[in-house]
Amino acid sequence: MMRIVALAIASIAGLVMLLSPFFPRLESVGAQSSEIFNVIAAIAFILGAGSLVKVNVSRVSRRDAGWGYAFVTLLCFVVTLVIGLGKIGVPPNPQFAATPWAGEKDAAGSAFAWIYEFVLTPITSTMFALLAFYVASAAFRAFRAKNREAMLLLGTAFIVLLGRTFAGVWLTDGLPDWASGLRLENLSMFIMQVFNTAGNRAIIIGIALGVTATSLRILLGIDRSWMGASGGSS
Amino acid sequence: MSEEPRSPAIVVWAIIVLAIAAVVGLRMGFGDGMGRAYAERVEMRATVTSAASPGSERFVEWVEWRSVPPVEFTRAVRDNPAQERVQLSIAHTAGLWIAALLTLAIFSFLYRDNPAYRLAEAIVIGVSAAYWGVIGVWDSLVPKLCGALAHGWTAAHILPNLPSPTVQSQIGMSIALALGVLLLLRLVPAVGGVSVWAMAFIVGITAGAKIVSHVESDLLAQAVATMQPLVQPADGGLWTGATLWASLPNVLVVIGVLCCLTYFFFSVEHKGVIGGASRIGILYLMITFGAAFGFTVMGRVALLSQRVEFLLDDWLWLIDPLERRLLDGVSMIVGTGGVW
Repeated sequence: MMRIVALAIASIAGLVMLLSPFFPRLESVGAQSSEIFNVIAAIAFILGAGSLVKVNVSRVSRRDAGWGYAFVTLLCFVVTLVIGLGKIGVPPNPQFAATPWAGEKDAAGSAFAWIYEFVLTPITSTMFALLAFYVASAAFRAFRAKNREAMLLLGTAFIVLLGRTFAGVWLTDGLPDWASGLRLENLSMFIMQVFNTAGNRAIIIGIALGVTATSLRILLGIDRSWMGASGGSS
Repeated sequence: MSEEPRSPAIVVWAIIVLAIAAVVGLRMGFGDGMGRAYAERVEMRATVTSAASPGSERFVEWVEWRSVPPVEFTRAVRDNPAQERVQLSIAHTAGLWIAALLTLAIFSFLYRDNPAYRLAEAIVIGVSAAYWGVIGVWDSLVPKLCGALAHGWTAAHILPNLPSPTVQSQIGMSIALALGVLLLLRLVPAVGGVSVWAMAFIVGITAGAKIVSHVESDLLAQAVATMQPLVQPADGGLWTGATLWASLPNVLVVIGVLCCLTYFFFSVEHKGVIGGASRIGILYLMITFGAAFGFTVMGRVALLSQRVEFLLDDWLWLIDPLERRLLDGVSMIVGTGGVW
């Protein structure tokens, strides 16, 4: 019974979203459903936060290996949550100065903005920057120009990389005007505008078809894997 | 008795830490110093009108400290040595040092896994989880849920310009609250099964919305963008080199899209004409992946250069590409006192 109700909810909610662009009466219902979705997603955070706290508290209480890091995670989580929810250090909103909590949570000068600027941004952007080394290292180990396809991939990467640097522009700067199409910056642009556009376009169309097919399977109740072990797939 | 050989890792770490300490010590001991942030005092004032008695006004005043480059401090001190408008910001300076040390902690992973990296990792897990939770509360729960179901309280204390909710939005938010509670019941094993109803709503809405958005903005938009004139007449006539050259991009794009789609089509065996087309599709895809790889590397290197610039410019004050510390070509930062 529970599964049938769940399937009905999924199908009805999905069909409303699917049909809302075609029927003016359903348009507001579709928009409302999106709002409901956003609110449920925000409530789902409590579930995620509960799981994070549970896992780390148990690691700390059992004194597992690395429990100190679990404690730091918990501490940072609680401190950031208190600062953000309490709007600590948030200056008043000039438009509504009489309303105590009207200031923006991440206004300049607030503790929440400080955390974002000096803790979250440096760590996340440095983590992404590290990928520069690992991508280069992986490419060095994995890429070998052993066949035509691999040579094409490597050559294109090389041209695109060089074509967007000063060195690349400088290297082919001496080419005459009639051969300007072979300058690395122009070659790079041509690859991006023609070959890359065509390949990406086909990939995007493929993804769209795949997503549509998968979504339809869910809405029609064919794919029930999202229900977990109790659901199964028919 | 022979001495135990020292672990090479300890020696490397010692060299790294000593090198960083030496650079920091040199920068702090000589020249203009390093790693200081300044803020400008801004007096704020707002007029508050009481809704109960229109016409009666009162003023609310407060002080904001806005981040400014060090050159502003130099300029302010040069103009008036006793000024208090621009001062050293202890909060921003502490933040600058924390950001620099966290950046170095993450970079330390390049050598190998270590406690500094794991500490930074633990920090980012805790902070980012709470960060997105706070965003969800203030951007979704308060304006939408509380705004609809407790409008009076929300408008009085948090969002004064919140429009009155419609009956439809109140019903919608009541459903959202009920589904949210169902979702949270997952934490109670005895009745946790009903949380699948909330999950069903999320899955259904996502599936329905994805069909519409992907068909509209991906499938149709990309197909329409591909349907371009294959012949682009240039000056001088139809059968000229210029026309051929101008038409080439569109022709190559159409051929590429069709061949790549043929390669993705697995319901027909890839041989004969289909096989040839799919071979061309593979070549197009290899070029696409190569370009994507080049772009990814470029993006990551740009990010890396930003972090290195942060360390050398904002923290160590070794470079000054934006001239944030130079006044008339001379660095003249002085003074010590600060404000939180």
